[in-house]
Amino acid sequence: MTPPDQRPDPDELLAKVERETAKARRGRLKIFFGAAAGVGKTYAMLLAARERRAEAVDVVVGWVETHGRKDTAALLDGLEVLPPKRIEYRGAMLHEFDLDVALKRKPSVILVDELAHTNVPGSRHAKRWQDIEELREAGIDVYTALNVQHLESLNDDIGQISGIRVWETVPDTVFESADEVELVDLPPDELLVRLKEGKVYLPQQAQEAVKHFFRKGNLIALRELALRQTASRVDAQMLDYREDHAIQEVWQVSERILVCIGPHALAERLVRAGKRLATDLRAEWIVVYVETPELQRLSAEKRDGVLRILRLAEQLGAESATLSAPQMSEAIIRLARERNVTKIVMGKPSRRGWRRWLMGSVVDSLISHAHNVNIYLLGSPRNRRGEETAFERSGSRRGVLPGLGQRLAGRKAGYYRGYVWAVTVTLLSTLVAKLMFGRFELANLVMVFLLGVVFIATRFGRGPSILASILGVGCFDFFFVTPYLSFSVNDSQYLLTLLAMLAVAMLISHLMANVRSQAKVASHRERRATVLYAMSKELAASRSEEEIVCAAVRHLYTEFSSRNVILLPDASGRVVYPQGKSLSESLLGADLGVAQWVMDHDELAGQGTNTLAGAAAVYFPLSSHGAVLGVLALLPVNLRRIFLPEQRKLLDTFLALIVQAITRVRLAEQAKTSQLQMDAERLRNSLLSSISHDLRTPLATIVGSASTLAEDDGSLKPADKMELSRAIYDEAQRMSNLVNNILDMARLDAGVVTLNQEWHPLEEIIGTVLTRLKKNFDQRPIQVTLPPGIPMIYVDAVMIEQVLINLLENAIRYTPPDSPLEISAETSSFAVEISVADHGPGIPQGLEERLFEKFYRVRHESAQSGVGLGLAICRAIVEAHGGSIRAHNRPHGGAVFALVLPLNQAPPEIEQEE
Amino acid sequence: MANPEPRIVVIEDDPLIRRFLRTGLGSHGFEVFEASTGQQGIVEAGVRKPDLIILDLGLPDMDGVAVIKAVRAWSSMPVIVLSARSAEPHKIEALDAGADDYLTKPFGLGELLARIRVALRHAAGGSEQTADGVFVSGSLKVDLLKRLVYLDEQEVHLTPIQYRLLSVLIKDAGKVLTQRQILRAVWGPSYAENAHYLRIYMSQLRQKLETDPTQPKYLLTESGVGYRFKV
Repeated sequence: MTPPDQRPDPDELLAKVERETAKARRGRLKIFFGAAAGVGKTYAMLLAARERRAEAVDVVVGWVETHGRKDTAALLDGLEVLPPKRIEYRGAMLHEFDLDVALKRKPSVILVDELAHTNVPGSRHAKRWQDIEELREAGIDVYTALNVQHLESLNDDIGQISGIRVWETVPDTVFESADEVELVDLPPDELLVRLKEGKVYLPQQAQEAVKHFFRKGNLIALRELALRQTASRVDAQMLDYREDHAIQEVWQVSERILVCIGPHALAERLVRAGKRLATDLRAEWIVVYVETPELQRLSAEKRDGVLRILRLAEQLGAESATLSAPQMSEAIIRLARERNVTKIVMGKPSRRGWRRWLMGSVVDSLISHAHNVNIYLLGSPRNRRGEETAFERSGSRRGVLPGLGQRLAGRKAGYYRGYVWAVTVTLLSTLVAKLMFGRFELANLVMVFLLGVVFIATRFGRGPSILASILGVGCFDFFFVTPYLSFSVNDSQYLLTLLAMLAVAMLISHLMANVRSQAKVASHRERRATVLYAMSKELAASRSEEEIVCAAVRHLYTEFSSRNVILLPDASGRVVYPQGKSLSESLLGADLGVAQWVMDHDELAGQGTNTLAGAAAVYFPLSSHGAVLGVLALLPVNLRRIFLPEQRKLLDTFLALIVQAITRVRLAEQAKTSQLQMDAERLRNSLLSSISHDLRTPLATIVGSASTLAEDDGSLKPADKMELSRAIYDEAQRMSNLVNNILDMARLDAGVVTLNQEWHPLEEIIGTVLTRLKKNFDQRPIQVTLPPGIPMIYVDAVMIEQVLINLLENAIRYTPPDSPLEISAETSSFAVEISVADHGPGIPQGLEERLFEKFYRVRHESAQSGVGLGLAICRAIVEAHGGSIRAHNRPHGGAVFALVLPLNQAPPEIEQEE
Repeated sequence: MANPEPRIVVIEDDPLIRRFLRTGLGSHGFEVFEASTGQQGIVEAGVRKPDLIILDLGLPDMDGVAVIKAVRAWSSMPVIVLSARSAEPHKIEALDAGADDYLTKPFGLGELLARIRVALRHAAGGSEQTADGVFVSGSLKVDLLKRLVYLDEQEVHLTPIQYRLLSVLIKDAGKVLTQRQILRAVWGPSYAENAHYLRIYMSQLRQKLETDPTQPKYLLTESGVGYRFKV
């Protein structure tokens, strides 16, 4: 028996089982992994495919690049090759792997070469690895090939080793999720021989560069990296194995790494370093960007760069976060504490020497405040300038946000205005000082210039205010310091004045700029809070999904100025356009195919993303706890309004609110349904008990009387026979009424009754009722009082007759046989009220409402017949007509039942003859 | 009447109701033939040459209305339909298809016999009116030749439409007429859907002919179906 402390943790086991079943449902991925082109990955892959085919497995070649090598092409013989998709791009006809054909063909195993390939624009996914993910989702096993240099986290290092940077990369997560990695190894010397023999395919245009790449030193380094990568995978597998089999030297390290990035060139390297550290330690990692007021002033390009790095981090498997805080170190420490971070990775401080000593650095304050956290610093590269441009360049080049570049123009217009103002204000100050000159001390003149600088600083920010201070100092020196009209200074004390003036001006402008930007941030935040509050208030007030969708669409439009639509799935799970009429803010013509993809995969797609980037709109999944409720399609006027961190965060909050509201409404609906089911259950029970009593009593009489008649041996007197027959008849009649009532109620409850409303004279309805009940009235006096000229009413006559019959039958049953009954009607301009009044004992106090409940009877188990459905039927019918029914006692004894029917429209006119 | 024992074909799938009709009608001097399906009923109606058919609308093999249409294709013998309550549209359909009258289940033998008598009398070409073209029922007297109406020997003035309505009802006195049938007869086919015309005129007619319009003696409403002049 395993001792308890060595038993595998049940949660861990469960997670493993879940992982494995998820894996089992997904197709398996096998990667043929090599150090460089030409080592024979495709060849190995095709060999493996042939082997599988020999085992009678359904193998299909989705895409294989033979590069004209005869021995490789020969291996294709006898394998089914799917036709490529032909896509026209910029006038050229390009061939591409056809994902849809592959999904339709659905083989057991498919070969798709070159995992790192970038698809032709217009394809569903930007990258081939995404195609492969979808194939695996569909349960198809995939064989593919990859070179080590295309691995995202190694891309940087290899770039440095080889001097050639490849832009086609594959996220490490894809590599790690592979079920099998087969290393295709070839010693560098042999590879070089193959190269010489021309057996390695080289693209024509880059021949020289590629030859440079195939240096022996390079190849050795690449081979080492490939081997190491494979080895570390084996290592991880070993670890899994050991955990499975409870061979543990307690290795449960819950490391969490925090990578802090800024808008600098180091960011990308920091992320990759973090990734490597996280993989080595098998730790979770978070990439955070803290946006301080200063950083909010950065150019749009730089901020997009940060955005791109955060995306990259997500792709590499990190959790990303953007924080807004005045102090970078505080925000980082707070996050580190909240998330139990054990290691922080960040760049070396940029401030050096006296500035670092004077103003401190984030690193220093982190070191002094964050305890129990190891801090890793990454050095800046030597040629900072060059790299920085690379960083900026990369934004538009890598195409993470394709099309973003073109949309960033604008805003430059008002930029120069500040400088014009700076010059103008300085000139004005000089003019004023000129007027004051001679009458006042020079110190006072300085104040005039300072006033001008402060004005510019408050209105136009840092740049113009610095210009104003320099101009001011210049003018002061030129016009008012001896020698006049020259920049030289005679008295050295004025030098101090000038320096102090410059310093004060700079300080003020710096302070003002900070204040301004903080005020801007604050007002921005306030606005955001207002917007969110307004929407959450409206969502909270919404009672149905349609209302929520309408409110959401309107608020999204107001905030993001983008037409949008929320698509919810129908019963079969296909997203459809909402049924109601469209709002003016609605996005018409959203691509339901893309929306469906988003719905199925719970990932965003469309413009500005990696998936189906050709779509005009952006599609966001509305998901909660892994279940996708619907899709938001948004047609952005400007991608930045959606993808900038703070905007994205706002949008995510919007989405979360919408999801919450929809979930709330659905839960409420569920609760209502279950309440209805409970009511139905209760009703069924009372129905059963009622029926068992009320149907058995007359049945007993019928069976008894009938058997007496049937078994008569001639001893019954004719009068007795008559008596028994009458009893059978009466009781059968009673049962018939009961059954009718039960059936009526059941039909009304089931909602199968549709009103057949037509115009009827009230007197005709009452006449029909009285005719039908004539026998029941016996000698009872009935008085009908109808006001003259009573209008026709728009009702289902048969049903209203039923109401009156039920009321009159009740009155007959519960009042003395000779007491009179009164039927009357009154009209107002909006309604007609019909009353049935009796002179019986009246209604017990407080039961006026309960009378109309189903199966309610004033006295249970009484001799009175009826299931207690009559009044419930009345209420159901009257309410179906939009009216109401109530009961009350008359002041001098007796009960009144009054039904009020609305008169919604004027009765039809007919031409008169007379 | 030529045949002393009037023949009736009962088309009804429920054996107990057939038994009740057989004994009930048999004891009142009718010769009863039974059929349990519509097809069989049509055959029986052709073979037995009955004086009247009693037809259940809910048959297992075919719609009762289809049986009526099949019978009406070659005969005008009276048909009385039986149906459950709350099936007014079905009744109207049957009546419009040519049925003469209807009864709602459950019903007593007395009601059925009354309906059978009215139907047979109509079929024999007889009606309530006397040979000189005067119709009398209770205190109501209608001179169909002179187009005059008397109540308690007092002449009542009717408008042309009111008179036409009354005469249509009298012609088939005792028999139920659907709203559509009356509208067609009085106003013409284009008014077949204007049921409120009929109701308004019927109301006017009651005001003139009935002592208490809310408890009519002559002009009865068949709820949801149409009207009947009570004899």
